[in-house]
Amino acid sequence: MAERRVVRVAGGSGFWGDDLDAPVRLVEGGPVDYLVMDYLAEVTMSIMRKLRDRDPRGGYARDFVDLMRRIYPVCEERGIRVIANAGGLNPTACAEAVAQAGRDAGVTGSATLGRVGIVSGDDLMDRLDDLLAAGHELANLETGEPLSTIRDRVRSANAYVGAAPIVRALELGAGVVVTGRCADPALTAAPLVHEFGWDPSDYDLMAAAALAGHVNECGAQATGGNCMAEWWTTPDYDTMGFPVLEVEESGAFTVTKHPGTGGRVDRASVTEQIVYEIGDPRAVLTPDVAADFTSIHLSDEGNDRVRVEGVTGRPPTEFLKVSIAYTAGWRSEGTLLYTWPDALAKARAAEHMLRKRFSRLGLRFDDVHTEFVGWNAAHGPVAGSPPEDLPEVQLRMAVRSRDRDAVERFTREMAPLVLTGPPSVTGYAGGRGRVQEMVAYWPALIRRDAVEPFLTVEVVDV
Amino acid sequence: MTRIALARLAHARSGDKGNSANVGLIAYRPDLFPILEREVTAERVKAHFGSLVEGEVDRYELPNLHALNFVLHGALDGGGTVSLRTDAQGKVLSSALLRMEVEVDAVVAESVAGLGRVPAGWEPGSADRHPEG
Repeated sequence: MAERRVVRVAGGSGFWGDDLDAPVRLVEGGPVDYLVMDYLAEVTMSIMRKLRDRDPRGGYARDFVDLMRRIYPVCEERGIRVIANAGGLNPTACAEAVAQAGRDAGVTGSATLGRVGIVSGDDLMDRLDDLLAAGHELANLETGEPLSTIRDRVRSANAYVGAAPIVRALELGAGVVVTGRCADPALTAAPLVHEFGWDPSDYDLMAAAALAGHVNECGAQATGGNCMAEWWTTPDYDTMGFPVLEVEESGAFTVTKHPGTGGRVDRASVTEQIVYEIGDPRAVLTPDVAADFTSIHLSDEGNDRVRVEGVTGRPPTEFLKVSIAYTAGWRSEGTLLYTWPDALAKARAAEHMLRKRFSRLGLRFDDVHTEFVGWNAAHGPVAGSPPEDLPEVQLRMAVRSRDRDAVERFTREMAPLVLTGPPSVTGYAGGRGRVQEMVAYWPALIRRDAVEPFLTVEVVDV
Repeated sequence: MTRIALARLAHARSGDKGNSANVGLIAYRPDLFPILEREVTAERVKAHFGSLVEGEVDRYELPNLHALNFVLHGALDGGGTVSLRTDAQGKVLSSALLRMEVEVDAVVAESVAGLGRVPAGWEPGSADRHPEG
């Protein structure tokens, strides 16, 4: 009997800053056909903008180039292709740096890795005024406000694009594909469409591809990381196995991880990731499909294997999501640690004192936020009444304002309390807080026909 | 009937989308899912979060996964990069929801008594298969 054909797609990164060694463990630790690397969160593009402002050749995740330098030889030896949205605001510069890493690694002319694909055109920044003039409102999805209210403060604007341009790059022989702001699940969906020749209008298959991408896109969150159910049974967090999806031509797939790695793949770990960051489960939207997560069937097969099948889908909408980042003022924060007895009372007295000082100094803040770490910092009002006489309480105060000077002055107001305020206080050794520029997120929609004709796919030789 | 914390019946994961958050709530056992459906209504979740959630709460059901999904509108004080909260991305709204108390009968209460808590005698590394690293 012929073995069922399986394409193995591994998710090696959940965000820019994730475990640097995880993708290395994935390509070295067991069979993998494609490694996908997600670097982009909602506002990462605005960070990329800062980098590109500083250096026109920057504006992408350099970590990815360092990674490729490490793994090119093993990928070449094992025939592993790599897809990453590391290109950020400068996919071309990223791809050129990757190609140079490939030359250094000696994969020039390789049948598998001899070409780097570049997907670009998602960046709407240079076309923004033309788009507005043409009647694309780019209204805020949450508030309905038109973009004109913040137009002069926009730092980046990128459309989330689907799997098609990545599939094209693979067809052109790319062994590494670098994209800008493509939808996270598309990184996993594209190699499946490419390998199995799936029809993009078969929405059940596209839903399977999108679901596979959803499971992969947060790395170890599918394999026991941050998994609440019986978390104390999760072995070896220090060597987490990241997800490897064994996908079949039918769209069914098995979530697993390499033998000998830490973490666990079971019904609980996979279910937690499936419900992560979704809205209406009957229509989980990507640029390629509206997937119905209420049709998923899971079977926990034991030995770190969970089979996922049955997902159905419907056509996506006529719109793509746009991620816009704009500057929104300044912020800072500071902490002080108060100790027993009456630690909470001392921390509250310190907060009272600080708020009076802000008022006397005439500091104008849009918000002054207080948390008592040890009691209510994370759960706020849900934390209930404070426990009796806590051994220690950390006062954490944070402010935001359009007035940079007010925030700057805030950073000088907390330290004096070690001498001037309530007693038995410590923990200001770190010095003054930093003033940080805030970049806010503006989600919007745009018609596909204003983006898709502008997408470009190129390849460069290594 | 007995009042117990939701943490005895379900586990959860939460995350952000702009200024909204979602909490996926997953029953530890299939027989516990109807209790979640009955007890954990959108109205009760909205009341539970109080001033943490400015907007409405939508509830969706995933009976295939024995799970409910709650979308908490206006739950993030302006969203991930603007919020002054430690939990700016709503990562622990999951455990906040599990503090909610629900009514179950005594038999159920007894059957879930040990769920969701670290067992006695556990130490960091107890579950490791490669203790030396």
